[in-house]
Amino acid sequence: MNETVKRGSLELKADVLVIGGGPAGTWAALTASAKGAKVVLADKGYCGSSGATAPSGTGVWYVEPDKELREKAKASRFILGGSLAEHSWMDRVLNRTYENMNRIGMSGYPFPVDEVGNPHRRSLQGPEYMRLMRKLVKKAGVTILDHSPALELLADEHGVAGATGVQTQSGEAWSVIAGAVVIATGGCAFLSKALGCNVLTGDGLLLAAEAGAAMSGMEFSNAYAICPTFSSVTKTAYYSYASFYYEDGSVVEGAGSKKGRSFIARNLLEGRKVFARLDQAPEDLQPLLRVAQTNFFLPFDRLGINPFKDAFPVTLRLEGTVRGTGGIRITDEACGTGVPGLYAAGDAATRELICGGFTGGGSHNAAWAMSSGSFAGEGAASYALSLGRHAAGRAPAGLSSSTLTHRKAQPGAASRALEYTAAVQAEVTPYDINLFRTGERLEASLGRLDRLWKEQRGQEVQLSAEGVKLRETAAMTATARWMYSSALARTETRGMHKREDHKAIDENQHYRLISGGLDEVWVKPEESAKESVQ
Amino acid sequence: MIEVISADRCIGCNQCVSVCPTNVFDRSGGKVPVIARQSDCQTCFMCELYCPVDALYVAPDSEAATGITETELKERGLLGGYREKVGWGKGRKPVASHGFMVQLSRRAGF
Repeated sequence: MNETVKRGSLELKADVLVIGGGPAGTWAALTASAKGAKVVLADKGYCGSSGATAPSGTGVWYVEPDKELREKAKASRFILGGSLAEHSWMDRVLNRTYENMNRIGMSGYPFPVDEVGNPHRRSLQGPEYMRLMRKLVKKAGVTILDHSPALELLADEHGVAGATGVQTQSGEAWSVIAGAVVIATGGCAFLSKALGCNVLTGDGLLLAAEAGAAMSGMEFSNAYAICPTFSSVTKTAYYSYASFYYEDGSVVEGAGSKKGRSFIARNLLEGRKVFARLDQAPEDLQPLLRVAQTNFFLPFDRLGINPFKDAFPVTLRLEGTVRGTGGIRITDEACGTGVPGLYAAGDAATRELICGGFTGGGSHNAAWAMSSGSFAGEGAASYALSLGRHAAGRAPAGLSSSTLTHRKAQPGAASRALEYTAAVQAEVTPYDINLFRTGERLEASLGRLDRLWKEQRGQEVQLSAEGVKLRETAAMTATARWMYSSALARTETRGMHKREDHKAIDENQHYRLISGGLDEVWVKPEESAKESVQ
Repeated sequence: MIEVISADRCIGCNQCVSVCPTNVFDRSGGKVPVIARQSDCQTCFMCELYCPVDALYVAPDSEAATGITETELKERGLLGGYREKVGWGKGRKPVASHGFMVQLSRRAGF
């Protein structure tokens, strides 16, 4: 087995390495670059089309800097989120989102204008937005590596100092030595094919944990989107205009897009089909809905279905931590992780700071991505530039918990990746484990996930496209273990975390749960600001 | 998932190979790229949107191939439909700037 794969020929040096090229990553790259840092951005797919934002359309938490409007905006989801959001973070994010949205308007995003000619900056069309962000990042002089997933972080005694990975189209390895690294790899949707989400496998969470960072809010990880059974388009907001029916045409009582998703889940669990029809949308609203989310209608149009008139079968597709709020724990205002040189942003980072334990919907998520990306980019640049001449000549080592090798992989790596993926999905997808939680079922699932982690732990991972898939399964397994360990520790129902055996909120558990660890997973409470929003 | 690359229309620019987030296509010696890893397709429609000559078709079903043919697509006028709606391409106005967005946001909050 001495046959080797192609050795990396791509070795770069930078002040800041950004891993992930969605909204958070591109904002991080732009802001770091504006601070004078030399930036490399590595995306596992293609910066501009990768991730949950690019194929979709989203509202944005864009609120005029008016005291009353801002207070109302902050209060709107505070209780829903289990009162775990923080006032000061919501203020910072509202400010930065306002600033950033105005900036991309100036940079050429074609916002619609109202009757008096003012641009309307409350939503973004993903393809347009991310195409523009790529253009701006390139214009700023950032080096973009597409199709270049990171397989491990590099560090020395001073902290994180870069990453290595593989270029999946050429098969060559890459490495970037950098003064600071921003993780903006998105959340984890466990390869559920929720729209744009199959590149989101929790990679950055594993990388961060291997460097010693913690997670926060991993119990808030059970988001499911309403979706036609025959499609990948997850756009739950539009189902606020839906009625839900059984196969015989009778109404599914209680089912809905907001609080009624569990009624849909229970019916699906019992083997009944559930159908939706957007028959609550007034006729004059329908053309507006069609324009605002062109991709929502694409599957229907292609299949000759009129969703306003015809009932179609729906399911709940897992969006995991992409719409859930858990992620890498943030320890300071620059989106630092507590590990020197390591920053986190977007869905990879915890969104509890502005959403608490309930998904904020697209608008909060988009605001968080562009704001936290900016904070992290600026923080990482300042840190890297402060290293000065000490940054030169670092020789950091890899931190991967799997052994990465240039040797040719053992045969069967691809089928093992498929097998592990199916095994993780069998734990995180079922509504009766992840959506409706009980201590007993979580514990049983954790036992299986721990064994699955152990099984993968000892295996070599080749620096190749096949190896990437094995690192993805390791990341998904680790993510699932932090999720369920946190869910087990929170013996109450708060935010999106629902315990069937602890159905009420418990004021004594008004704290965040941080978690971490690889072979031994740990969970502990952490004080959150005890504040209320009027 | 991605099902059709029209050899008639494809100009071999390999844009789909570049933009596919999950690396489904391979460049080929000939001009038309190959759908090399169809099961990795996540049905995000981005390749179709970026194709400058409307040569690609992504069927909505993300779990299994439907077997739809190029002839059928041409008959039904389905090639290029998404790009047209998004308003990309010469002489088109991006849907992002459509006034309906303002009206919808006022009426529905999104």
